[in-house]
Amino acid sequence: MPRSLTAAATHHPAPEDSISRYHARRRRHYWLLAAMVIVTIGAVIADISIGPGNYPLQDIITAVIHPSEAPRILAVVIWEIRLPVALMAIVVGTSLAVAGAEMQTILNNPLADPFNLGITQAASFGAALAIVLGFAVIPGFGPLLTTINAFVLAMFSSLIIWSISRLRGVSIQTMVLMGIALMFFFNSLQGILQYIASAEALQQLIFWTLGSLSRSSWPKVGLAALALVITLPFFFSAGWRLTALRLGDLHAKALGVNVGRLRLTVLMCSSLLAATAVAFVGAVPFVGLVAPHIARLLVGEDQRIFLPMSALTGALLMSLTSILSKTLIPGVLLPIGIITALIGLPFFISLILKSRKELW
Amino acid sequence: MSLTVENLSATLGRTQILHDVSGLHARPGEVTALIGPNGAGKSTLLKAIAGIERARGNIMLDDHDMSSLGFAERASRLYYLPQDVGSRAALSVFEAVLLARRTVALPGQRSNDLQLTQDALYALELEHYAERELGQLSGGQRQRVAIAQAIVRSPRLLMLDEPTSALDLHHQLQVLDWLSCLARERNMIIIIAIHDLSMAARFASHIWVMKDGRTEATGSPHEVLTPDRLRAVYAIETHVEWPEGEPPRITPLAATRRLGEREH
Repeated sequence: MPRSLTAAATHHPAPEDSISRYHARRRRHYWLLAAMVIVTIGAVIADISIGPGNYPLQDIITAVIHPSEAPRILAVVIWEIRLPVALMAIVVGTSLAVAGAEMQTILNNPLADPFNLGITQAASFGAALAIVLGFAVIPGFGPLLTTINAFVLAMFSSLIIWSISRLRGVSIQTMVLMGIALMFFFNSLQGILQYIASAEALQQLIFWTLGSLSRSSWPKVGLAALALVITLPFFFSAGWRLTALRLGDLHAKALGVNVGRLRLTVLMCSSLLAATAVAFVGAVPFVGLVAPHIARLLVGEDQRIFLPMSALTGALLMSLTSILSKTLIPGVLLPIGIITALIGLPFFISLILKSRKELW
Repeated sequence: MSLTVENLSATLGRTQILHDVSGLHARPGEVTALIGPNGAGKSTLLKAIAGIERARGNIMLDDHDMSSLGFAERASRLYYLPQDVGSRAALSVFEAVLLARRTVALPGQRSNDLQLTQDALYALELEHYAERELGQLSGGQRQRVAIAQAIVRSPRLLMLDEPTSALDLHHQLQVLDWLSCLARERNMIIIIAIHDLSMAARFASHIWVMKDGRTEATGSPHEVLTPDRLRAVYAIETHVEWPEGEPPRITPLAATRRLGEREH
């Protein structure tokens, strides 16, 4: 018998309880999130524990919680070297993943991430300017010259994309193409600098571009975290509007979303996150691209859960990368950029093939 | 208290789509059907009223000039359901419908949102799919999700752009019947762009006819849907019947020219 469709019109309660099933789905997602937090904390502890010296785990935990009760050398190793590195991995992983997740959302493109939009390459070129020519984009920063150059160039490249997107009639596909063009442009500029660089500068530059957490320090961790503190509240407050963007521009506009303004603000916030992360640790591919896809497979695209899950996945990936960089070849600290691409990519492909679920 | 549109013009790029569209009225409690051939400017007209497409002219809703309202304020009073609702986002059906309550501040308590979502899913026979992701639905099911999104907004003015194009006959009849019931019970203004003339004649109290970006006619289905006008607007021969106690029948007989032939 056909159902009376007037139920909703007259506000009769529906007999099917889809609300409780919705709550059950939310609970499942929160459990997944909690599990991810625990695994990530485990990864951080492992990251702090692993390194030269082979200190017992108990001593390491004591050194973290009560540094004054631990041997002085151990306390210094943990607090001055390993903790900044481990926390930088978390902050950078979170930043790149959140930047990637929101770039994919606003550009409606599964391939969008800081790398493919040219932001990483621009940062690398900025670093190359400092390393090869000793040129400061903004003078007066002394030891932070490379970092500041990388940051300024990364923000500059996203400003170009931003300015172009403000022109009338520019589609999001054009923005993505512009990003790819910028990627190749900065790559070429960097190629010129590599060509004229001295052997020593070239080695330094390659070391920088392959990415490293070993340059981390507390002030750098603080600055990188500051970018997250500034942008995350905005992303969370715009959660529903960002979710609506995935229904398409027209649908989002119909739902009352000021699509143009949202897209520009989110682009600038994601660029700030990516530029900060890349400026401190160098070019790290893959995390910004893959972490959001893993999060999407796990919890879908409701930004209330998708955003924290992307952030945690990115943090976990970078933490695992940090561990692998120390353990893959004993006694050698491998560049993190190599690990994210070499180990992460096969893992990601196997994940896609196993899940057999459409990614986009 | 109604919707009136006067002197509305809109351009897309350098092409003028709407030419001084005037004399359009839609009353609360009624369904108004917007008909016309492909490219007549139906979608542009609805988008212009919704404020999504830039346009010059006068749009008054309940004595408020729509151009004086801000983005969010306008969105809380009216809702435009786009023609293409084919998103395959990784959202559950429940999340997608709930989303429609959360993008702007809407009248009513936020705590009722879940109940409203559930009621809309039930009404559109979607409750069994509540946890399914949009990508796993058929085209017709996705269209019903979009209608559920429109309903939970409870707008004063609801405009639907070909809302039944992907639906089977059973759901077409149900949805149109339900929309006319909604218009009456909630005293809403509902405008539906639709191609099926029999459905338009059956469910609408008022009809707007568009051709080449201009208003061709407005009035009751009886006044507007005549064989002569349909020939002029659609270039088709039709048989039009209004049997007593039965739904009207508008049967297309033949196109007045073949594909490729031009009007003389």
